[in-house]
Amino acid sequence: METKIWSPTREVIIGCGRPVVIIGERINPTGRKKLAQSLEQGDMSLLQEEARRQVEAGSQVLDINVGLSGTDEKALMVLAIKAVREITDAPLCIDSANPEVLAVGLANYEGKALVNSVNGEEAKLKEVLPLVAHYKAAVVCLTMDDKGIPKDVPTRLAIADKIINEAVKLGIPLEDIIIDPLAMSVAADDQAGLSALDALGQIRDKLGVNQTIGASNVSFGLPDRPFVNCIFLAMAVMRGLTCPITDPTNWLIKETLILCDLMLAKDEFSMNFISAYRKQFPLED
Amino acid sequence: MADLQAIKDAVLSGKRKDIVALVQSALDDGVEPEVIINDYMIEAMKEVGARFEAKKIFVPEMMMAARTMQTGVDIIKPLLVGKEGGAKKLGKVLIGTVFGDLHDIGKNLVMLLLESSGFEVVNIGENVTPEQFVAKAREHNVDIVGMSSLLTTGDPHVKSTIEAFKASDMKDKVKLICGGAAVTKKFSVGECGADGYATDAVDAVRVIKKIMNIAA
Repeated sequence: METKIWSPTREVIIGCGRPVVIIGERINPTGRKKLAQSLEQGDMSLLQEEARRQVEAGSQVLDINVGLSGTDEKALMVLAIKAVREITDAPLCIDSANPEVLAVGLANYEGKALVNSVNGEEAKLKEVLPLVAHYKAAVVCLTMDDKGIPKDVPTRLAIADKIINEAVKLGIPLEDIIIDPLAMSVAADDQAGLSALDALGQIRDKLGVNQTIGASNVSFGLPDRPFVNCIFLAMAVMRGLTCPITDPTNWLIKETLILCDLMLAKDEFSMNFISAYRKQFPLED
Repeated sequence: MADLQAIKDAVLSGKRKDIVALVQSALDDGVEPEVIINDYMIEAMKEVGARFEAKKIFVPEMMMAARTMQTGVDIIKPLLVGKEGGAKKLGKVLIGTVFGDLHDIGKNLVMLLLESSGFEVVNIGENVTPEQFVAKAREHNVDIVGMSSLLTTGDPHVKSTIEAFKASDMKDKVKLICGGAAVTKKFSVGECGADGYATDAVDAVRVIKKIMNIAA
């Protein structure tokens, strides 16, 4: 199954027969003080710098989240989309916990965007899915609902199934649905890694849709977090992860994902890996 | 003679399998149950908290330490029932994550550290509405209410929870403290009028003790 999103001048195709698509996560002020401060002042230069760096590092899609307490998130979203467009024509992933912000973002987006996100909560389904249908966007669906985040695989599958049913009722095609089966911290629950991996595998096998996952949750509370994230990502790609939302400016993560492509015969003559390596470690002369 | 230092070490390094025999042997030697808890296990957890705060140990190690202590306390508990002062808690704390937010790790760490510091904790889970916070605080007759908020969208819920308490009969009975990645001292204490703000689990114990005038 292939999910296609685009800007007026660039199309990105996500699918399990294709190389991994990296959705750059860095345009998000949560836990990023400098970016938060600059956004609060309406200064888009740091955000543009993040966009530029991520695209250069291999992001094909950029996630845009400008959720900051005490600011006008809607106005910021419009500004952010415009600012990123001055830097790159990469398709965007409009990210907000507030459906009104998603609506404003979609209204101000030229092309077909990805929406981040809907989940199985009744209110979310009612508010977000009609927007996705109206703007003919694609959407990230988190496998959680009014009862919380499930730890087990069957509940995740059931929630994914429920969201897909609701989406299809509104005319959203299956290929425009990207499931995020939610990886939790292994430090807090040592079964969390396996359960997320099994969920990925079963969702791919039974529902066939594209999947994303926030890998950095997995390593929360552990030492050597980047390496923990990489191992999880590699295992997740094997189970059906096709478009991780992650940080490609982190070389370890980028290298891991490129090597996944290579090992799964999606990098002819290793050329992507070699050229990325050369860029990261230039020859002296 | 009972090896009391070994009890402390077992908690420190999270050796849950060793703690039972160690505590039993101390009790057999006539060591007072209160001494084992207060002078060795709580002391060990203080050290664990300090190490965690200094980033010398990691979340799973802290959880193992707290579980080890809990295993030890479970053996001692029956001996304390009905004993004057023995099972006395420092205070009762209600803890939950605000409405719309499902994060639980930080909150659960706060709970572990509070319990191992001698507090009684009522965990009311995640996605808690202001009304539920107030009702549960009343039901359990707590001294402190701790609310956790990890999402930038959580601010209105922190605010409305604090407002719900201020507008209720619980107003003068409980102290409110806030924590979590999305909350600042400026917002929670300054703007909303919470009684305290904690940066992490170790700080939470410190702040609550300070509010309740308990020596650290």
